Amino acid sequence: MRGLSELRNSEQELYQFQARVAIAGIAVLVAFALLAARFLYLQVLQHDVYRAKAEDNRISVVPVTPNRGLITDRNGVVVARNYLGYTLEIFPKRVRNIERTIDEVSEFVDISNRDRVRFRKLLQETRNAESLPIKNRLSDEEVAKFAANRFRFEGVEIKGRLFRQYPFGDVGSHVLGYLGRINTQDQQKLEDDGVGANYRGTDYIGKAGIEAQYEPELHGTTGFEQVEIDAAGRGIRTLSATPSQPGNNITLTLDMRLQQVAEVAFGDRRGALVAIDPANGGVLALVSKPGFDPNLFVDGIDPQYWAELNGSIDKPLNNRAISGLYPPGSTIKPYLALAALETGKRKPSSTIFDPGYYDFGGRRFRDDKKGGHGTVDLYKSITESCDTYYYILSNDLGIEAIAKFLAPFGFGSRSGIDLAGEFTGVLPSPEWKVKRFKDPRQQKWFPGETISIGIGQGYHSYTPLQLAQAMAMLADVGHMYRPRLVEHIDNPRTGDSRDFPAEVIHTVNLKRENVDFIKRSMAGVTKEGTAARAFSKAEYTVGGKTGTAQVIAMKQGEKYEEAKVAERHRDHSLFIAFAPVESPRIALAVIVENGGFGARAAAPLARTVLDYFMLGKVPPGMETPTPEDDSASDEEVESGE
Amino acid sequence: MELARLPLTHRIGRRLAEGIDSTLLVLMLSLSMLGLLALFSASYDVPSRVGAQVVNLAVALVAMWLVAQVHPQTMMRFAIPSYVIGVALLVAVALFGDVVNGARRWLHVGVTRFQPSEMMKLALPLMLAWYFHKHETTLKLRNFFIAAILLVVPLALIAKQPDLGTAALVGAAGFYVIFFAGLSWRVLGTLFALGLAALPVVWGFLHGYQRRRVLTLLDPSTDPLGAGYHIIQSTIAVGSGGVWGKGWLNGTQAHLEFIPERHTDFIFAVFSEEFGLIGNIVLIVLYSLLVARGLVIAANAATVFARLLAGAISLMFFTYAFVNMGMVSGILPVVGVPLPFLSYGGTALLTLFIGAGILMSVHRYRKLVQT
Repeated sequence: MRGLSELRNSEQELYQFQARVAIAGIAVLVAFALLAARFLYLQVLQHDVYRAKAEDNRISVVPVTPNRGLITDRNGVVVARNYLGYTLEIFPKRVRNIERTIDEVSEFVDISNRDRVRFRKLLQETRNAESLPIKNRLSDEEVAKFAANRFRFEGVEIKGRLFRQYPFGDVGSHVLGYLGRINTQDQQKLEDDGVGANYRGTDYIGKAGIEAQYEPELHGTTGFEQVEIDAAGRGIRTLSATPSQPGNNITLTLDMRLQQVAEVAFGDRRGALVAIDPANGGVLALVSKPGFDPNLFVDGIDPQYWAELNGSIDKPLNNRAISGLYPPGSTIKPYLALAALETGKRKPSSTIFDPGYYDFGGRRFRDDKKGGHGTVDLYKSITESCDTYYYILSNDLGIEAIAKFLAPFGFGSRSGIDLAGEFTGVLPSPEWKVKRFKDPRQQKWFPGETISIGIGQGYHSYTPLQLAQAMAMLADVGHMYRPRLVEHIDNPRTGDSRDFPAEVIHTVNLKRENVDFIKRSMAGVTKEGTAARAFSKAEYTVGGKTGTAQVIAMKQGEKYEEAKVAERHRDHSLFIAFAPVESPRIALAVIVENGGFGARAAAPLARTVLDYFMLGKVPPGMETPTPEDDSASDEEVESGE
Repeated sequence: MELARLPLTHRIGRRLAEGIDSTLLVLMLSLSMLGLLALFSASYDVPSRVGAQVVNLAVALVAMWLVAQVHPQTMMRFAIPSYVIGVALLVAVALFGDVVNGARRWLHVGVTRFQPSEMMKLALPLMLAWYFHKHETTLKLRNFFIAAILLVVPLALIAKQPDLGTAALVGAAGFYVIFFAGLSWRVLGTLFALGLAALPVVWGFLHGYQRRRVLTLLDPSTDPLGAGYHIIQSTIAVGSGGVWGKGWLNGTQAHLEFIPERHTDFIFAVFSEEFGLIGNIVLIVLYSLLVARGLVIAANAATVFARLLAGAISLMFFTYAFVNMGMVSGILPVVGVPLPFLSYGGTALLTLFIGAGILMSVHRYRKLVQT
């Protein structure tokens, strides 16, 4: 009985299945009939139309690359522009023997060994490139010579193209960044972002700095031309054209002349300087020395220079201002003093006696000044930079309170500046130590470690940008702005302008009288304190604080002797400042690597920069700060023509 | 006894022919020959491709022969392992796959890379056919629900890579099994309605470039440098072919490099330009016969497993052909689907010939008594 019903069941199922097979078969036929109808439409009814199109095809779509947007500083000084130059290009697919062709071409055009090496590198790195430059920036004579012999070279052509140029050379190189050829990785990223089509015909892309950060703004929209071509693929005439739209122009908050003054002041020394407008977070100068010449990247950097830059012990490609980490040294003291006032641990009038050392936990923490500073109040602790005062203070405050107070000033957290590659740094605290170390024995915070935190040593490590940002926040009595480099972005065609307004990250409620006291003390530093000599006869008011950061750890009780330490083990010299004291317009942080005492290297450098900023005083040896002259600049092409 | 007296070569010939369905084989080889013709024309710049494709064909034929020797009963044992391994590999791809052209599809295996989603094209119908076979006597709506889950898991993983083209194909293969298993028309209708209603939601999940491809289909001129260019140029190629075509090796569209990916996904444009409407009709007829043969095999299959699998594979052949030709002639969006038996590429050929091998096995062990 049961077997029978199962059988019938499966028979019924089979019947149902076969019915569905028939339906599927019909559906297949209908679908194919639809396709056939489409073919009929295309190949019979519309055949003439498409035949004509194929005949003209002959019509090739050629991308028209847009002009890259210009970059200017806050005063309208152009810091990145385009100019028209001629390049000699080889079409690898159309040339049989590339090496021999290069040899033959070199009869007419001077091709150096560097050019050859660079070309070979390009050939390896780029896939599917139509043509690659063997020589950039041909002279007029070379252009004429080659043009006369052009018929001899199949697959070698002269192309006119826009080159990026940075008139200030290596000044501001870490801010501006540079352009480089689009490599396989870049191509992939463009495809991922869905903008691959817009980069057809574009060979260069921003690789670092503002050029990379604002690439989508600067690039513009690629246009296209429909060009009639002959059977060999050569263009005969243009049929229709959709023009390209130039990239947007970017105006920086940077003051390029200030930047230049600062960079010249550094000379050959290594280090960084960041200057910020405390009222809105606009970056006025951002220096990292040594720099590099971004112009050399534009043509496809030659491997030798690249190796020099990459291999140098000075690390010129690193942007020290945002990725260099340094202990703050004594520049941390004003903040701890403010913490003492805000928490009520100290009053301005309360004093200590400094015998020249502080004993804690069986160890002796020495003051910088032999024999000590004697009776020290809060004001004097800042102007004379008394270590003993801060050993005691940090012990009184405790590490938790210190970390809690310093954090809102941006110490140990990324500022969010519009540049890639910013480092976080370390704001030391017991929690940080637990996170940092795996070994439980290392995770414990020792009370002795709190003592050296008071003078900016120990685990502290911050970027120069963080130091400048904290200075700006103190100068602006508790308002923290996101530091930014771009003031506004303009569309050259429509004239639309987008402002990048100041962005308050947070505000900390600080007592006005406390902040004013700290500011007065810092003004004292430049009048009668550690930076008095550097700022003698200054015609404006300025608050500052010197700092010296140890590069190698000294054993306690060991005295540091500069002469004995190798140059690169010498202390870093630091200085933070703001001016004018009453209503600050600039806040800055300077670090001179291995510069020794803060008062010796960093403070005079800050003086030079502030003299220019406050008074327009140009330092000797740089009477008129102008961009390097370049013979090509008269062919400059402005965006938006 | 008699067999033993035959010459050795003859005996080998017989052994080789055993289990091979000549109708299917002839159709597939005809399509492959047309493919080699088009490929020869499309690869004037890289002639070695034709040789490579011949090698691919040989390998695929061997695979087909081997699969054709396996009894469907034995195949059922592979259902769960191949499905589980397939899904595991897809998960592996999602976690540490290689990204090529912005999609995470490839998995490194020693020196070579491979696409687990390709394997799913057969593993999923295999699994679903097995599942319905197992629950043959007690089929309820609940079983369809579980089948749907089996379908959606790999589908979601592939769609997330993102590879919507392959996801659609794998999904179609799974759907065909469910359809043949007898999901009621009412449920089918409801699902269809729901699908339509969900379109705006799907739209929201699409990547920018995927949306652009759909929009481009509606108006190719909006994107003349990107995907629209493909459609414009391939449509010109098809249309300019006319009734008789421009003749072999005479296609200007292909030879002036207007057709992108002309030896793989867009080989139909080359074929259509050179062989015209006549060539297209021949192609459609060949595909129709292939699908018809497959469906006949399915209708006569011995077990539920065999007929569901055979039915789904037959319709897969149809789907690939239809989607590819539809894409090249500008009525479907540009998705990465090769034209079966014609496009250059070893993996796709292997999948197709293994599928054919399964059909042959199903045919060999068909129901012997007609009811």
